[in-house]
Amino acid sequence: MTDEITGRDALVRFLERLLAIPGMTVYAPVAEGDGAVFDRISSVSEALLDFPGAVRSPRHILTPMTEKLLSMGPDGRVEEAIPTPGPAVLFGVRPCDARAIAFLDRVYAGGDRTDPYYRARRDALTIVSLGCREPRPTCFCTTTGGGPLSPEGSDILLEPSGKGWSVRAVSEKGRALADATGIAVESDGGNPDAGSIGAEMTPRVDIAVLKKVLDESFDDPRWQTLTAKCLGCGACSFICPSCHCFDIVDGEEDGVTVRSRIWDTCQFKAFTKQASGHDPRPTGADRFRHRMMHKFSYCIDSYGMPGCVGCGRCVEACPVNLDIRRLMEAFGGDGLE
Amino acid sequence: MNNPYAPIPMRVEKIVTETEDASIRTISLSFAEGSKPFGFVPGQFSELSIMGVGEAPFGIASSPMTPDALDFTIARVGTVTTELHYLEPGETIGLRGPLGNGYPVDALKGRDLLVIGGGFGFSTLRAFTNYALHPDNRGGFGRLVVVYGARNPGLLLYRDDLRNWASRDDVQLIVTVDRAEGDWAGAVGNVPSHVKGLEVDPASTAALVCGPPAMIRYTLPVLDALGLAPSDIFLSLEMKMKCGIGKCGRCSIGGSYVCIDGPVYSLARLRELPGEFS
Repeated sequence: MTDEITGRDALVRFLERLLAIPGMTVYAPVAEGDGAVFDRISSVSEALLDFPGAVRSPRHILTPMTEKLLSMGPDGRVEEAIPTPGPAVLFGVRPCDARAIAFLDRVYAGGDRTDPYYRARRDALTIVSLGCREPRPTCFCTTTGGGPLSPEGSDILLEPSGKGWSVRAVSEKGRALADATGIAVESDGGNPDAGSIGAEMTPRVDIAVLKKVLDESFDDPRWQTLTAKCLGCGACSFICPSCHCFDIVDGEEDGVTVRSRIWDTCQFKAFTKQASGHDPRPTGADRFRHRMMHKFSYCIDSYGMPGCVGCGRCVEACPVNLDIRRLMEAFGGDGLE
Repeated sequence: MNNPYAPIPMRVEKIVTETEDASIRTISLSFAEGSKPFGFVPGQFSELSIMGVGEAPFGIASSPMTPDALDFTIARVGTVTTELHYLEPGETIGLRGPLGNGYPVDALKGRDLLVIGGGFGFSTLRAFTNYALHPDNRGGFGRLVVVYGARNPGLLLYRDDLRNWASRDDVQLIVTVDRAEGDWAGAVGNVPSHVKGLEVDPASTAALVCGPPAMIRYTLPVLDALGLAPSDIFLSLEMKMKCGIGKCGRCSIGGSYVCIDGPVYSLARLRELPGEFS
């Protein structure tokens, strides 16, 4: 027996059903200050369902800002701290953030070097995303290969439909979750509004052209001028859903010696500085160039997709208004007619 | 699932102070109970760690032909390296490895080899040289020339090996210092100036190079002038690392991670990557 949830209160009813599943952890947008962040909820009233987009990405749910890797007690035995999470749902991410998780999957769980910490959290997580009705001024998902209804990375995609939502199961995991909630899913093409959403979001550059130009622009003097105002604060990285660089540090927690990984950023001066004092990337321009190159060239080589999903958070967060879209246009701007 | 972040326990067997200023020491580690011994290729590295202090990457300085003990040559420059310097035999530390690709041993078979090292970048070249000189392997390589330089005689590493190699007739050894001090009677001058004087058959020669950035910068044109092709020149790169398994992003150079695709690159491959090492 399945129910349609296409009405205006569809999200509330969906969340109620998810919270009713025994043992299910539900992460959803909650209010923090005047924005939204993703956190665990225990009742629907905690969730912020009418929000333009979360100020911080949900990547902390899969890769916590500080994550314990190992611990060592007084007896000297080293214990691995691989998490054993129960089933969880990440509800209400936008398609850009879901696509960023698809990217993180390639980084952490791809190839023959699976990261067991990421794998454990990821296997337990089912992703229910909300398609976007209207782009925000900072959005550029279509430029990086996504879109307001992009299903990539989602297990269930809720597509805006009329005044409500149309439920689309993208993966087997999503279908199983829909079955567990008893909510009916639409077949592909069941949403008559899908075609018109995002039509106005013309890509700013051709991402393939941008990569090609970047590959030939390592020594371009414009790196100096275009990035001169960068403070090197790293806000763009910490707020990014696909940035994933980390440091590994030892410390103490409740009298126990722990080794943890913590988020790091290539924008910090010490990031590549070697013990000898030599630094292959000594200036701010070198570091910003690396950020651009990594996202729009190296990641395409390594993972088959850019390391940017066009969520626009870095555009909003940058304290000196260094807009990554301006750099994309500066290097790839002639790629579109 | 195998946890690539979990170190195996290694027992400190021996600590040798290499340099007169005691800034560089070599520690020998054996596989402690609970550790499965592993084989490796010269040029590979490992992450050494002391829980509560930290972890850092070091090239394996010993030959895979002596697999029971692994040598690591460590310059004291920070917190982790200082702790490693003051270990005592019998203590246990953590190791993750072997990591990285190592020198292309199979592709070097049958070639004449120039081994060119400077400073303490010589560690994995020492591993390679001892590997190539092992009776099981020596016949597999052609002529072997080792050029090794240090700033002054007091900073030369691996004196026992240098004496041993000097006494053999199947390796040509040039040990040079930038500045002669004390009773130094050997070669003087930087590494590239001695490479310049070598007579080689470029078609059959490959070079393995590791050393400080300035040595590399001035050695590459000399190898070019000797006629070596970029595809026959192999460099072992230094880059700050953390995870060692291509996840943490720190050693990214172009679409390549030094920790998994390197640390050894041919000059031909390196020229395809962004010029952060030129």
